[in-house]
Amino acid sequence: MSAISPMPNTNTTTVSTAGQPSRRNTELLLLAFAVILPCFAYANVGLALDGEMPSGMLGYGMGLGLLAGVGHLVVRKFAPYADPLLLPLATVLNGLGLVIIWRLDQSKRFQKVATFAPAATNQLLFSALGIALFVALIIFLKDHRVLQRYTYISMALSLVLLIAPMFFPSVNGARIWIKIPGLGTIQPGEFAKIVLAVFFAGYLMVKRDALALASRRFMGIYLPRGRDLGPILAVWAFSILILVFETDLGTSLLFFGMFVVMLYVATERTSWIVFGLLMSAAGAVGVASFETHVQQRVQAWLDPMGEFLLSKKGIWGHSEQSMQALWAFGSGGVSGTGWGQGHSDLIGFAANSDFILATIGEELGLAGLMAVLLIYGLIVERGVRTSLAARDPFGKLLAIGLSGAFAIQVFVVAGGVTGLIPLTGMTMPFIAQGGSSVIANWALIAILMKISDAARRPAPAPVTNPDAEMTQVVRP
Amino acid sequence: MNKPVRRIAIFCGLLVLALMIRGNWLQFVKADELKNDKNNMRVNIARYSQPRGNIIVDGQEITGSEEVNGINYKYRRTYKNGEMWAPVTGLSSQVYKPTMLEGVEDKILTGDDDRLFFNRTIDMITGKGKKGGDVITTLNSKAQEAAFKGLGNKKGAVAALDPRTGKVLALASTPSYDPSTVAGANNGAAWEKLSKDDKNKPMLNRALRETYPPGSTFKVVTAAAALENKLYKDVDEKTNSPKGWTLPDTQNLKLPNETTMPCDNVSMRAALQWSCNSVFGKISADLGNQKMIEQADKFGFNSDDLTIPVGVSKSVYPKDNRPQNAMAGIGQASNRATPLQMAMVAAAIANNGKLMEPYMVDKLRAPNLNVIETHQPKEMSRPLSPEHAQTLQSAMETVVEEGTGTSAKIDDVKVGGKTGTAQHGVDNSGNPYAWFISYAKKGDGSPVAVAVVIEGSNTMRDDIAGGKLAAPIAKSVMEAVLKTSK
Repeated sequence: MSAISPMPNTNTTTVSTAGQPSRRNTELLLLAFAVILPCFAYANVGLALDGEMPSGMLGYGMGLGLLAGVGHLVVRKFAPYADPLLLPLATVLNGLGLVIIWRLDQSKRFQKVATFAPAATNQLLFSALGIALFVALIIFLKDHRVLQRYTYISMALSLVLLIAPMFFPSVNGARIWIKIPGLGTIQPGEFAKIVLAVFFAGYLMVKRDALALASRRFMGIYLPRGRDLGPILAVWAFSILILVFETDLGTSLLFFGMFVVMLYVATERTSWIVFGLLMSAAGAVGVASFETHVQQRVQAWLDPMGEFLLSKKGIWGHSEQSMQALWAFGSGGVSGTGWGQGHSDLIGFAANSDFILATIGEELGLAGLMAVLLIYGLIVERGVRTSLAARDPFGKLLAIGLSGAFAIQVFVVAGGVTGLIPLTGMTMPFIAQGGSSVIANWALIAILMKISDAARRPAPAPVTNPDAEMTQVVRP
Repeated sequence: MNKPVRRIAIFCGLLVLALMIRGNWLQFVKADELKNDKNNMRVNIARYSQPRGNIIVDGQEITGSEEVNGINYKYRRTYKNGEMWAPVTGLSSQVYKPTMLEGVEDKILTGDDDRLFFNRTIDMITGKGKKGGDVITTLNSKAQEAAFKGLGNKKGAVAALDPRTGKVLALASTPSYDPSTVAGANNGAAWEKLSKDDKNKPMLNRALRETYPPGSTFKVVTAAAALENKLYKDVDEKTNSPKGWTLPDTQNLKLPNETTMPCDNVSMRAALQWSCNSVFGKISADLGNQKMIEQADKFGFNSDDLTIPVGVSKSVYPKDNRPQNAMAGIGQASNRATPLQMAMVAAAIANNGKLMEPYMVDKLRAPNLNVIETHQPKEMSRPLSPEHAQTLQSAMETVVEEGTGTSAKIDDVKVGGKTGTAQHGVDNSGNPYAWFISYAKKGDGSPVAVAVVIEGSNTMRDDIAGGKLAAPIAKSVMEAVLKTSK
């Protein structure tokens, strides 16, 4: 893209023959900042809570630095033209998330609960695993187009991942985990997000012409043929099934949203958006009419105070969490209470996972919340840029699918916690406690970086197996 | 495919923008509302995150803060001699709403008051924690002790004022409670017990918040009305009242006298001395409801918004028909008064007709000991002229010298008083209230006026009850004040 190119003589097509600077040193500089910032935050929490530097300070700082350093070196070697912002952005979020989780581990309110177990150490381990997966993908995924070969395997795998939790007991009202004895639990939905994006990208790349062109015009919009409606109906039905059987509004919304986004990009037909919105509205209203779990969430969203009072009276099925989260945000004000000095642990259960944004809002204030939202916004923006720059439709679709899903996930979680939309059980990418989430999101970043590496590489390797699809990318 | 990608980029930007707007809405627009929501536990957590300022009597702190380092609260309020001071301090609890001075002066005590802004800022810059200011009261600990001990295990209340300034010297109410027992986070059971005790109502501040029929003590108000309205020129003029006086507009319904002493055509002095109902019933009837209300109002009755600065319940002299008005003139019927109100009546007469506004907070002090506010005594009204006040004083002094109030006599001190025994309940079925109001004079000023009420003294139903039960308490309170005043 010319917009990001500093070289005046670069042409305006996405295929640049003159090469772009790799920006690896920029990445290194930003990474240093992304490691130092959470270290300061960590020290700050320790000083605020105990008046001394936390004992794990050195280990934490070195650990995070080491992980980021390894990530950077691998990128420098195996994806030298990858986007320089994605790795530092993910690192800073992951680092801050670890600090918040550690800070909530120090809460006296949590420590008195019998089932309390500190989560920070495990989370650091999961972050390491996440970066290991990131490294593995950067090294071994030679080209993202390889993934295209696994379109239908991806479909099967994503079905398995999505259906599996139905056979496991529900946890706190949602059935989104699978339990492996001795190892813990996995939230397969987080991985399904990526696998499904691969499937959609592969499928839509093949079918997009049929879906885009074979349609009738009606009242200004293109109506798809009946048989082309099949896939979207199938995905729709599937997400409704997730909603009903796993009582997981967030995941269901995420997958359907991701599909509609990718369908729209593949076909360039606005009508798909209209259809998607209508279908998701119909699905949500339909399910809400009989599913009490969804009704409760809507009720808690409309009247969090009422929920709080009912919950205080000890009436079963009501939660004070929504109201507690709103109080946490309000009490933080513009500048926040400072690290370690808020009371977001009043939220209780899930304060360090689904509700972790409330701690940011309370302790770092509006300023900190804005900064974190901007970081998420930047990750999405880098993903979209990758999609724009990608030279192959598969890469384009995959990149926009992953960044779209990332944006929708951030919106659904943050919107739920701040009371903008009904609360759904999903985790804030990178920040929230949860192994599956952090590992899957590192994989997502790795794939995006691989695509951007391919897009920004100076001399595009000739496509070994050129087909008609590829020529379509070269469009001003 | 780049056009739809760009549109999706805009869409994602809008999602993030929506979140940011929501964040601003919560953390900027709605922040204060959410922060100070009464259900938001942080409000209480902040209140007890530093030691609270203290309430001070005679230079001694009667409250304290104990570091408990609980899960939610760092400090807990403690009270010294809590039962005795509860009507003054009220309660500052980690769970329940603060009351009395703890409630009214909460912002000073927590350090949140705007006048402490400078202190807070300095403390913040120098890295010190927020501190609360102190509330210095006008109370007299000896007088309070005399009042509380005098009430003992009886149910009742005492209010004592300095008539010259309006300073509240004693404010006792029994049965009382120790606020320390319900100040913590886990005192739910104790709180239940206190708040469900409908028989004793230990948390009721009877001195300020309970109204009783004032009974015969109200006769001094009626006497003041007679003098002010020139019905009689002084307290020694014959009142021309018959022995058996019939209530107006009734079929020969006599207003009975409790006393065996003669009450026909006596002077107001004698009528006060022996507490003749017929005389004052007739005065009230002769003056009429309107003039009685006017006089009562000047003493502070029918005022909704009296604060000292703790809110005081409204004492009532109501609009009523003629027989009821006559009954109200002797402190019965719908006439209701708080003990503080009756102390104000005694104080106004003792202060030569000038009623000073009662107050119990002398100074507010910043944590660095700078005084941020000093209360200046204020005149509230002039219920009667100095001459009338003095003639009424002499009559009240007769009551103590050789009338129903002899048990309040103090050697070498001029004491004026009035007893009262108020009947209540349907057909007087309830145990009567024993009342005594009085003042003591030293030199030309009066340093103390007291009102004492004792509920449910079944032992004596006649008018002497006030003299026997309430007067000794009033006496010991007056003595305590006389001993400590310079």
